[in-house]
Parts: sequence; structure tokens; C-alpha cells
Amino acid sequence: MKKWLLASAALFLLSGTAMAPAMAQVKQGGSMTVTYKDDVSTLDPAIGYDWQNWSMIKSLFDSLMDYKPGTTELVPDLAESYEISPDGLTYTFKLRQGVKFHNGRAMTAKDVKYSLERVVNPATQSPGAGFFGAIKGFDAASVGDAKALEGVEAVDDSTLRIVLSRPDATFLHVMALNFSSVVASEEAEKHGADFGKNPVGTGAFKLAEWTLGQRLVFERNPDYYQAGLPRLDQIVFEVGQEPIVALLRLERGEVDIAGDGIPPAKFLEVRNDPKFKDMIIEGSQLHTGYVTMNVKMAPFDNVKVRQAVNMAINKDRIVRIINGRAVPANQPLPPLMPGYDESYQGFPFDPAKAKALLAEAGFADGFETELFVANTDPQPRIAQAIQQDLAEVGIRAQIKSLAQANVIAAGGEADQAPMIWSGGMAWIADFPDPSNFYGPILGCGGAVPGGWNWSWYCNEELDARAVKADSMADPAQAEARIAEWKQIFTAIQDEAPWAPIFNEQRFTIRSDRLDGPDGIFVDPVHIPVHYDYVFAKDAQ
Amino acid sequence: MAAYLLRRLLGSLLILIGISVVTFVLLYLLPADPARQIAGRSATAATVESIREQLGLNLPFYERYLRYLGGLLQGDLGRSYIQRTEVNTLIASRLPPSLLLMAAGICAELLIGLTVGIVAAVRRRSKLDQSLMVLSFVGVSAPQFVVGILLIYLFAYWLGWFPLGGYGTPQHLVLPALTLGFLGAGWYARMMRSSMLDVLQQDFVRTARAKGLSKARVILRHAVPNALLPIVAMVGIDIGILMSGIVVVESVFGWPGIGQLAWQAIQRVDIPIIMGVTLVAAWAIVLGNLFADILALFIDPRIKLR
Repeated sequence: MKKWLLASAALFLLSGTAMAPAMAQVKQGGSMTVTYKDDVSTLDPAIGYDWQNWSMIKSLFDSLMDYKPGTTELVPDLAESYEISPDGLTYTFKLRQGVKFHNGRAMTAKDVKYSLERVVNPATQSPGAGFFGAIKGFDAASVGDAKALEGVEAVDDSTLRIVLSRPDATFLHVMALNFSSVVASEEAEKHGADFGKNPVGTGAFKLAEWTLGQRLVFERNPDYYQAGLPRLDQIVFEVGQEPIVALLRLERGEVDIAGDGIPPAKFLEVRNDPKFKDMIIEGSQLHTGYVTMNVKMAPFDNVKVRQAVNMAINKDRIVRIINGRAVPANQPLPPLMPGYDESYQGFPFDPAKAKALLAEAGFADGFETELFVANTDPQPRIAQAIQQDLAEVGIRAQIKSLAQANVIAAGGEADQAPMIWSGGMAWIADFPDPSNFYGPILGCGGAVPGGWNWSWYCNEELDARAVKADSMADPAQAEARIAEWKQIFTAIQDEAPWAPIFNEQRFTIRSDRLDGPDGIFVDPVHIPVHYDYVFAKDAQ
Repeated sequence: MAAYLLRRLLGSLLILIGISVVTFVLLYLLPADPARQIAGRSATAATVESIREQLGLNLPFYERYLRYLGGLLQGDLGRSYIQRTEVNTLIASRLPPSLLLMAAGICAELLIGLTVGIVAAVRRRSKLDQSLMVLSFVGVSAPQFVVGILLIYLFAYWLGWFPLGGYGTPQHLVLPALTLGFLGAGWYARMMRSSMLDVLQQDFVRTARAKGLSKARVILRHAVPNALLPIVAMVGIDIGILMSGIVVVESVFGWPGIGQLAWQAIQRVDIPIIMGVTLVAAWAIVLGNLFADILALFIDPRIKLR
């Protein structure tokens, strides 16, 4: 018996009706200027994976699924509707009609198939290929043995069927990632590796101009299938601007959004400045900053030692050091993530208890160790605060402040880094599902050379439970699945491979020329800003 | 002359090859693994291996270098790891602004530095001389990042005379050129001053004055040209110092040059770009030195070719 996903249609209707009155009132038009320090590395959806180009790509391209703006709620995008087979292995997507690429051609299911195969193709060297592991035929395609993905079939121009080799509850999230974006096949073939500088998709904006190192101009896509979007006619991205200078220009009214945010050193000053008060918008992120303890390096193989570290660190003080730009954390998952346990107490700040635990573990006199940290401000300052807290209970940690790439490399070795402060490097979720906070950073699969499980924590029993939770693909089981993940994560925290410190808040500063629901300026998925929904007050 | 040039050019080629080897070795020794970086945090081991193979990173060191050298000789600097764009394209698009900035910087430092040096030498031991020398000392010691930000704050933000960074019009060029030139100006001021003092002591100067020539004429037509000789040699070396200066100045002012490109590439460990920019910079410095030597030949007939 087929199970019809009325939920998807209902969601679509709901979101449509919610948006419609808002859209009816807003007039399209106007332009905005956004500054960034670094030149945009690439706009190729198969390759772009940094926080700067993530939402730019989302504005140029669409994928089968997306999220309601400013939220973590999945909705169909290029797919009008979808159905999942009872065994959870077959997804059939009905594609929306009338969607055109920026070059005028109509989008078909063949383009979706091409795009997915392109990401998985080893010649593309995509950092996102690993997300599609559940699709049948992935193993052969990802090493180049097969050009096509066996499990992806374009049944006809508007129907796409994807068969998985195992049920995957995160599959729809994967279909919303940038890596699943639909590209125009002939343009990708034409430009090859230079597609990143000549992107052609179906998104609300199209790339009108790119002067390397200076500026990019996005222009409204007049054929965009969602009426009323995007709200702006044009976005100009000016790159190569120092954040401090960008702030001065914002004050003068020359730019509208300082893309890199407020430099940490100026944060308090700007926050208290009446000029800027209405321009700052605060939002949560799917982020946790934590200290990893390598369970393969003594004495962190002793759970009591790890728990002691958790109790020794004064998280409120650290949050004060960064001027309140975060909230203290007591578990691996951030509050915005489904599966976050509000009732979980974790390990309270209790240096006396920490010392007692250390004594129980046989370290009444403490011990020496090393704390690795990335060397960009404010991470070393945070590491110093942690070092001081640890010294209070007898743990003498030497700080090793290195370039980001070097810390990551050290974490990927089993015997290099006893403790790492993850700030500036990890971990923001790729999509709003708890499994993304497990596999690479706490699962056995990540505890390999070059992996991101820097605590080298591998609990086979929890791993099996995680796999089982991710196979609960039936939407009716969604709640039970989240409840299971909640328990998995609190079980992990009880064993304390990490000392979660805080969840960073995102602050976007924008001129008062612009408007739009606050949530789109601190969008947790369209990081950092959901460009499609920003509108200009002077065009109204 | 032709033989001299040929010899110098061949020598420059050897120098460039040497620089490419040294840079390649240094980057090879970095602990960061480019394949892992490109593959990203969510990649499977198979993807990382495939990327490593495609980039030739699992080949022995000498074979990797020979591959790179082969590409170099065909004018191919490779593709950026992060951007996947050809390094040639990136450097070509950013070279003109950098050259413009360097030319403006050299003009600024020579104009300011030489004038200050001449004035200080002529008014030796006066209050003016002392304050100018203190100023030049500040120029030599002040970090360019600080000078740049101060100039932006003062002249672009408070006074609003110039734009807040960026590129495009002559107004955009003034503050970055001044920042870049301030360091060299301090240098040249001191050098010109001591060179002028040497020359002003010479007999021919006394003779010229005795002949009845005005002070201004003696200084400008007779003393300065002779004092300039050691300076000309310095300009060639100066290009190297300017190269390192533009990395900072371009970042502060948002100037889209190769300095900014190098800075970003270093932060992301984008090895092809780092190699490319290093080689282009080395090439420019070698050429600059060659040019300075030839210029010295023309200015001073006493210098003989060897």
C-alpha cells in the first residue's frame, strides 16, 4: 500500500498561505550591498562549502527540498510533492512544472539526475559526495567505476525516483543540501572546472557579473517560479573589505550588510552604540563549541578525569570573555537542534567536586597535558580561560596555538592532541538533524586518521543504536526517532568525551535601509542571510 | 652589453628555479594535507584517496616537483585547491592593480623621501632637520597595518576627503600609496640626507659656489644628481620590500591585488596559489634588480660592466 505524503502537500499549502499575505504586501525592487573580506571561493554547488558562499549558492540554485525561511522546517522546493515507499527505500519526487534555468531552458528530471551524479563523481572532487552514501550505486559511482548512479532514475521529465540501499531518515535533509542543487547540465559540461565562476541554476537570483577580487553582482531571475521572490532586484557583493572598514562604511550608509559581522574586538563598543542598536540582529545557530579529550591518550581514558574536566570549567566566565556572544552548553546538541534535552542537567561547575573526582581517579596532584587551539582571535583567549580553570583543579595544560589546518590535522591523529578547543573549527551542523552531530564527530566512523572525531570516542553499542535510529525513515516514527537520539546524546555526555562549553549566537549587522523578518538575517540554514527574502524599504 | 644582459637573464632563470625548489619543499613539508582539505569534513576515505590520486599527491616528491616544473615551463601554474580556478587567471586579474599600487608607492616614497632628505641635509642640524629625521624614524618603524588604519580613520572617515578603501578612481589610490610609501620614505629620507651630506662636502661643490652659482642651482643641478646614485641601486631592492608591504596594505584598503590573494591563500593553505604568487613576486624582484642595475649604468658613466 502506498503511503501518500499528505504531510508534504499540507506543509506546502500551509507555507504558501503563511507567505502569501506577507508577499502580497511587499513590493519587489531595490538593491543592496554586502561586503566580505575574502573573495568568494566558488559558486559551484557541488564544491562550495564555506559559510560565505553557502547562502549565495542557495540563492542561485534550488534543490528538491528546502527549509522555511528562518527556520529548520523541511518543505518541498523543486519537488512539488514526494512519496516514500513503505520500506523506506524508494523516494518518488514529482517535480514542479514551469521551472526554468537562468539560460532559459526548462528544468527536467534528467537535470536532477545529472546534478546528483556530478556530485558523486570523483572527478568533481566534491566535499559533499559522502552525504549521498545511502543511494543505491553510490559505492561504484564514488570511486569512478560507474558514471551513473544506479539508484537515481528519471522516470519522465517531471518524475524522479531514487532508490536507497538502506533506509535513511536524513535523506530528505540531504536533498535540501547545496550539494543536491540542480545545475544546468549543458552549462556544467561547457565550463567544466570553471563552472564555479559561471554558475547557472534555477534560483531566485542569477549571476550578472563577477570581477575577480572586487565584486559580484546578483540580478533578479525574472522567471523564478515563486511569485514575489526575490524581493530585491539586485545584490552587489563587494569582496576584499576589512571588517573594521566595512563597519565604518556601514555607518556611512555605503553598504547594507557587513557580511563578516562585527569584529570581536569592537563588539561591545558597537553593541552599546545607539547608532548601531537597531541594526544588530541576534539569532541562534546549530553550533556547539567544545573541548575534546582524546580517550586514547592517558589520563583521558579514565571517565572520572573527563567528568572532572567538565566540572572544572567556568562556562559563564568564558561567555563573558567573548562579550556574551554565546550561551553556555551542557550537552553536545545545540538548543535549536531537534533532540536537544532541556531537562538534562549535565555536569555543573564545581571545582571542589572536580578535584575529588581527580583524586578518586588517582590524580590528587593533577597532571600535565596540552590544549590545542586555533590561533585566530578570540580562540586563544578562550583557551587561556580554560587553562586557568584547569589549573585550579591541578591540571597543568600547556596551550598549543596553531593555524587552523594544523590543529585539524593534529586532531585527526590518534596520538597527537590530548585536548582540543574546537572554537573556530567545529562544529556547525550541515543540516538540522541530530545525526549530523554524531557521525563525523562522535561516531566510530569519525574516529579514524583524518577524521573529525578528535576525542577518538567509539562506543559500539551507541553506534548500533545510532544506525538503528537513522533507519527509522517512516515519518510516523519521527518523534520516536528524535526521542531515541535525545537518549543517545545524553548517554554520550554522561561518558564525557567532550566538555561542551557554549553555543555561539550569530549576530548580523544590517543597515536600516533593509527590512524583512528578523529570522532571515540570522537564518540557521541559509547561513548567514537568506538573500531571497530581504527587501528594500525605499522600493516600497 | 648584450652579453651582459644575456648573462644576467640566465642567472635570473637559475635564481627563479632555485626559488621554486625552495618554496615547493617548504610547502611540501607542511603538515596540512591538501587532499583532506579539499575533501572536506564529511568525506569518505575513498573520496580523499581519489582526490589525492587526481592531484598527484601520492607521487614521490621529485616526481611532483618535475610535474610542476613541466607545467611552469608551459606557463601553467596549476589550479587553486579551494577555488578550482586556474592560478594564471587569478594572478592575471590581480596583477594590474598591484603594479599600479607599487608604482604609486614608489612615486610617493621617492617624492616624500628625497625631498625630506634634501631639505634635511641643506638645513643640517636645525630644528627642521631634527624633526624631519624623527618623522622618518617613525616612518621606518610604524607597522603599515596601523598606519593604514590611522590614515583611513583620519582622512576617509573623519575628514571624508578620500573613500573608505576600495579600488577604481585616483582618489582610491592616494591613501594606500601613502601608506605603502611612508615606510620607504623614511628610509630614503635618511639615506638621501647622508648621501647629500657626503656630496656637499666635495670639492666640486665648493668650486661651483666659488664660481658664483646660486645655492639652489648648486644643490639641484650638481649635488642632488650625484647624491642620487646609491639611491637608484636601492630602488631595485625596494621592489622586494614593497612586495611584502602590499600584502598588508592591500588587505587594509580592500585593494584587489596579488598581495590580498597571497594573504587569503596562506590562510587557507591553498598551495598552488601560494607557489604562483611567490614565483611571480620573485620574478618581479629579479627583473626589478636587473632594471636598477642597468639604470645605474646609464646614470653613472664610471660604472663599468664586468
